[in-house]
Amino acid sequence: MDTMAAIKQTFFQECEEQLAELESGLLTIEREEGDAETINAVFRAVHSIKGGAGAFGLDELVRFAHTFETTLDGMRSGKVETAPQIVRLMLRAADTLADLVRVSRDGGTVDAARVSQIGDELAQAGGAQPAPAAPVFEPIAMSGDQQTDDFGFAPVMISFDDLVGGTQADGGQNGFAISFKPKPELYAKANDAIRLLRELRRMGEAKIRCDFSEIPLLSELDPEGAYLSWHVRLSTSGGDAAVREVFEFVEFDCDLSIEAQGLGGTDASLAVEALLVEAGIKESAPAPAEIPALAPVPRQTSATPPQLAAVAPPTASQGAPAQGAQQPSATIRVDLDRVDRLIDLVGELVINQSMLAQRVMEAGIARLSDVAVGLDDLEHLTREIQDSVMAIRAQPVRPIFQRMSRVVREVADMTGKSVRLITDGENCEVDKTVIERLADPLTHMIRNAVDHGLEKPDDRVKAGKPEQGVVRMTAAHRSGRVVIEVADDGAGINRARVRDIAVRKELIDADAQLSDAEIDDLIFAPGFSTASTISDVSGRGVGMDVVRRSIQALGGRITISSRPGQGTTFTLSLPLTLAVLDGMVVTVAGQTLVVPLTAIVETLQPKAADIHSLGEKARVVAIRGSFIPLIDIGSELGYRDSEADPLQSVAVLVETENQSQSALLVDGIIGQQQVVIKSLETNYGQVFGVAAATILGDGRVAVILDIDAVVAGTGRDHANRKRNAA
Amino acid sequence: MHVNEQDLATNSELIAFRLGEQEFCVDIMSVRDIRGWTPTTPLPHSSDYVKGVINLRGAVLPVVDLSARLGFSSTEPTARHVIIITQVGAQTIGLLVDAVSDILTISKASIQATPNVASELARSFTKGLIAIEGRMISLIALDNILASADETSAAIH
Repeated sequence: MDTMAAIKQTFFQECEEQLAELESGLLTIEREEGDAETINAVFRAVHSIKGGAGAFGLDELVRFAHTFETTLDGMRSGKVETAPQIVRLMLRAADTLADLVRVSRDGGTVDAARVSQIGDELAQAGGAQPAPAAPVFEPIAMSGDQQTDDFGFAPVMISFDDLVGGTQADGGQNGFAISFKPKPELYAKANDAIRLLRELRRMGEAKIRCDFSEIPLLSELDPEGAYLSWHVRLSTSGGDAAVREVFEFVEFDCDLSIEAQGLGGTDASLAVEALLVEAGIKESAPAPAEIPALAPVPRQTSATPPQLAAVAPPTASQGAPAQGAQQPSATIRVDLDRVDRLIDLVGELVINQSMLAQRVMEAGIARLSDVAVGLDDLEHLTREIQDSVMAIRAQPVRPIFQRMSRVVREVADMTGKSVRLITDGENCEVDKTVIERLADPLTHMIRNAVDHGLEKPDDRVKAGKPEQGVVRMTAAHRSGRVVIEVADDGAGINRARVRDIAVRKELIDADAQLSDAEIDDLIFAPGFSTASTISDVSGRGVGMDVVRRSIQALGGRITISSRPGQGTTFTLSLPLTLAVLDGMVVTVAGQTLVVPLTAIVETLQPKAADIHSLGEKARVVAIRGSFIPLIDIGSELGYRDSEADPLQSVAVLVETENQSQSALLVDGIIGQQQVVIKSLETNYGQVFGVAAATILGDGRVAVILDIDAVVAGTGRDHANRKRNAA
Repeated sequence: MHVNEQDLATNSELIAFRLGEQEFCVDIMSVRDIRGWTPTTPLPHSSDYVKGVINLRGAVLPVVDLSARLGFSSTEPTARHVIIITQVGAQTIGLLVDAVSDILTISKASIQATPNVASELARSFTKGLIAIEGRMISLIALDNILASADETSAAIH
């Protein structure tokens, strides 16, 4: 990959992060929990995307980001209200921005009409909004070049600069003396002084003088040091904020002083004070109260800074709170392949360790000998290394939850419903692969919840519910798995209708006796779709059966519970990782198999009196009064021809994802252990009844049972037999 | 078969092995490893030519009984049998053979087309024949040695 492409890729990665930041910020504002810093963060996100896009010549992206940014800027300065409809518009704009980023990265097209429409709406929102949030400013702000500034880049703040601009608007030119001394960090972050200077020159007439005086002798020169500084006298129509914005990305990496000049008697302290005022306004709401006193006498501000400083404590550094809000925890970007390689190696280590342990035991070394104790320590350590390595791949589910809020918005728009998405537990961490492969099923479930789950607003009102429907998405860790729930407060599943459809589609017999849970479960049946017409939203040719299958492919389960009039809840239970699994090692017909521990309820020794034949071949075992199908794993998997004798076997009671129980007959139980999951699909393919493979302590491969498939398989066989008989 | 001029000029190295009385070979570039027989773990519902899976340095890979795959009798493996680990596309597959006999260097021009006498199945896996020192060696095409998983499961269900 050439360097440019690599940089571009990094840019797109960062875009993803910025977009996530943008969306979460907007959602915070929507919930009315945001403060000035939230708006700043949102603004910064869009601004960064714009900046990067500019560097890569992604004009369309730049254009849209610019419009967006301008409106956000209005919001930041209080000119644009954070009214719900504005925030909603911004969320839509964020979606569009995400689309544009995606198109820039992957190619394809965006709906140009939509982009320009949202662009127009944004511009309108930015321009047509009065400034009720900051009435104090109004008389002052009106005085200067306010009107042109609305669409312009310049007024980050309307406070002081506009005052300054206003008082000397006659010439339309502001003078600045800028002294700029980059620190080495500036260059280390791939910024370049020359670009900033060029930017300044573009703003107006600039006299730039470079100060070489600090360059040391060659022998003392640090090749990565920064020795040059520049002094610029700039005459521009822009305000202080516009000048400052040039340095926005480097302000912590350089010594910067920007002094307004040509104001007559202005000195350096004024510039500093301007900064303080600015920061005060920006950071704290009470600050405006100080402004009127300040406003008419901008040239005598020397008296006000102490007061302002008291009002707005974070003034010491304008950027400090901004940094705090971004929380750039120390992270590094690592190629995923490297992490996976590490995980593979640790998997090997675990296998090797257990092989070693087995050999030592076989060699007859005493349990309490030094060797055995050392091995125990090694096992402990290996586990810990494994957990730590797995944690590298673990990521919070937040990004995917955020993506769902967009889905909710879109579907709500399309169906004319008003929906609120409440999310909880976004910080729950799951393996990256699980997260990635969760996106499609979750999208589908959310679509379903909004489209089918929630009633139309009228119906909701009739049913005595608030017009706005609620979809609640939560994630939580529960006994070594992550459980994700998608719940709506809609009408619940119309069981009579589900039943009718199932009968019509010949999924069940017309006279079948089904429990409520069984009826609910029908919506997972292949070919089942409750919508009478295939709607634009949910009906894309896939149904909940696809969702169930993709969840199962992840080693997860999906269940449904529904209460009429109160809503439907889908519960996903997923493994935290796809790399290891706690299993019970069993023997069947001379083969060693692993049964996932999560599926096992208990193990028992069946008694003759408890075993009953049902029909031609099927057998059930009575456990505490309920009859549970008995499945002989050996014959089910084709390891032996004759059915095992239940009395000579151990029954492993398992529960499938739809909560039905089955008893699996195995010959014996070896023990319980954590096994490393190895894909069979890489070199072979999917095998019915087998979830994956693993390598045991003796170096041999053992297959991991796919409980649901085995149980469903026997069920299907029975159904087939029934159909054939009919 | 189609071979272009450039290919004809180049030599290729082949690994020759025996299945019963017959000799076969595969391109050495697709061979990753040669190891003695280790017991395999049988897979449920697999075709009869799939002996099962083995652990090769942490990877789980299938072992194909080549004799059975070509339509000959299936092999009862002993410690003297050999597994040739080959790379077929993205997959790593072990081939169970009786013994490895030779490493050959031949020019591609000396590969003859398979005559029409062999069985359909055997012919579908034979890229061509090589005559060397009075022996006849069939060059095996590995591409379809493992029927795709879909086919396999389709055959079962």
